[in-house]
Amino acid sequence: MLSFPVPGEAAVWEALSGVLDPEIPVVGIVEMGMVRGVSLRGDGVTVRFTPTFSGCPALHVIRESIRSALKPLGFGSVEVETVISPPWTTDDITAPARAKLERYGVAPPSPTREHPLFMTLEADPVRCPRCHSFDTRMTASFGSALCKRMYVCNACKEPFEGMKSV
Amino acid sequence: MTAELRAALIARLTALADDELLLSHRLAEWTGHAPILEEDIALANIAQDELGHATSWLELRRVLDGSDPDRLAFHRPPAEFRNCALTELPKGDWAFTMLRQYLYDAWEAIYQDAARNSSYAPLAQAAALALREERFHLQHTALWVERLSMGTPESERRMKAALTQLWPYALGLFEPLEGEEMAIMAGVLPDPAALKRRWLELVTAGLTRFGMAPPDARPVPRGTRTEHLAPLLAEFQQVARQHPEAVW
Repeated sequence: MLSFPVPGEAAVWEALSGVLDPEIPVVGIVEMGMVRGVSLRGDGVTVRFTPTFSGCPALHVIRESIRSALKPLGFGSVEVETVISPPWTTDDITAPARAKLERYGVAPPSPTREHPLFMTLEADPVRCPRCHSFDTRMTASFGSALCKRMYVCNACKEPFEGMKSV
Repeated sequence: MTAELRAALIARLTALADDELLLSHRLAEWTGHAPILEEDIALANIAQDELGHATSWLELRRVLDGSDPDRLAFHRPPAEFRNCALTELPKGDWAFTMLRQYLYDAWEAIYQDAARNSSYAPLAQAAALALREERFHLQHTALWVERLSMGTPESERRMKAALTQLWPYALGLFEPLEGEEMAIMAGVLPDPAALKRRWLELVTAGLTRFGMAPPDARPVPRGTRTEHLAPLLAEFQQVARQHPEAVW
């Protein structure tokens, strides 16, 4: 029987870095901090994946994309294991990914902090991704996806989306 | 884990999931009908979150007893649902929807905050995740309760009517489940009676600030069924029952 060499961890990470977030298809799931680790055993690979929001419909798509990105490497099996502890936080998003989000027109999330249970209106200043003014206001606390809210820039008058900070 | 502890966990997870399932359906009934587009989007978002939480609780239950979350949600008869009557009531007007969501979000946030300390690690982890999302709901619904309570005479009248109707049902959330005392003593589940004090304090302070006074009322006991559950489930389960072989 012919046996193929099993690819190494570096090849797995490289393949994973090409898997994009279907809700924001300019950033990858690795730079968004959704991949917690990979482990190789025999001819199989297990990817430890952490969901962003519990009701996010993109999670099914992402799990499928991980499988189809790794299958061509020749693994006998590709497992996607869900890890929810510690929970994913927007602080895990890398600096290059934040820059990509901003170029795409989505204001990156502010650093997280502990909130009391009943928090008041978001006080963190959000920067307009187009003209970079901090003179912005939130127009809706929910947006087109669970991870986003809607804003408008008072300086350039453009509406834009911003990522919730969790 | 003892059989008694396992049974108590399954009962509580089912009760939590059922409330989320029904409420997410009631919120989704506003899709395309909310007063403004932003609110249509907001309620759809909140409904999606609650549905996500229901999935988490039923997944935890699956690990304990091998049950199928989809079958529980879409093929279970009304008599086997373990929700509180609060979540099966029709969506009512905007004041009713917002106040119910506010009272429920406060309960859920406080419950999950306590469940983060559960000695059953899978529950503690799922609770930590759900809690973060509840904060956004609370922020949103609290603003609406304020707006409507202190808005026009008409909005104030509707908010007061909603409060009178909802209060006894909201108190019903804190009725203990049969057989969960042992799980509470063991630190596996939060104690609803202890949570009630915290909830009353927070919610009463909020409502009082907006000029509203909670009425004197007795809780609607757990297990109370209204005539609204069966029609809700008939609609909620319709597609799954008509196409049992369908896949997403």
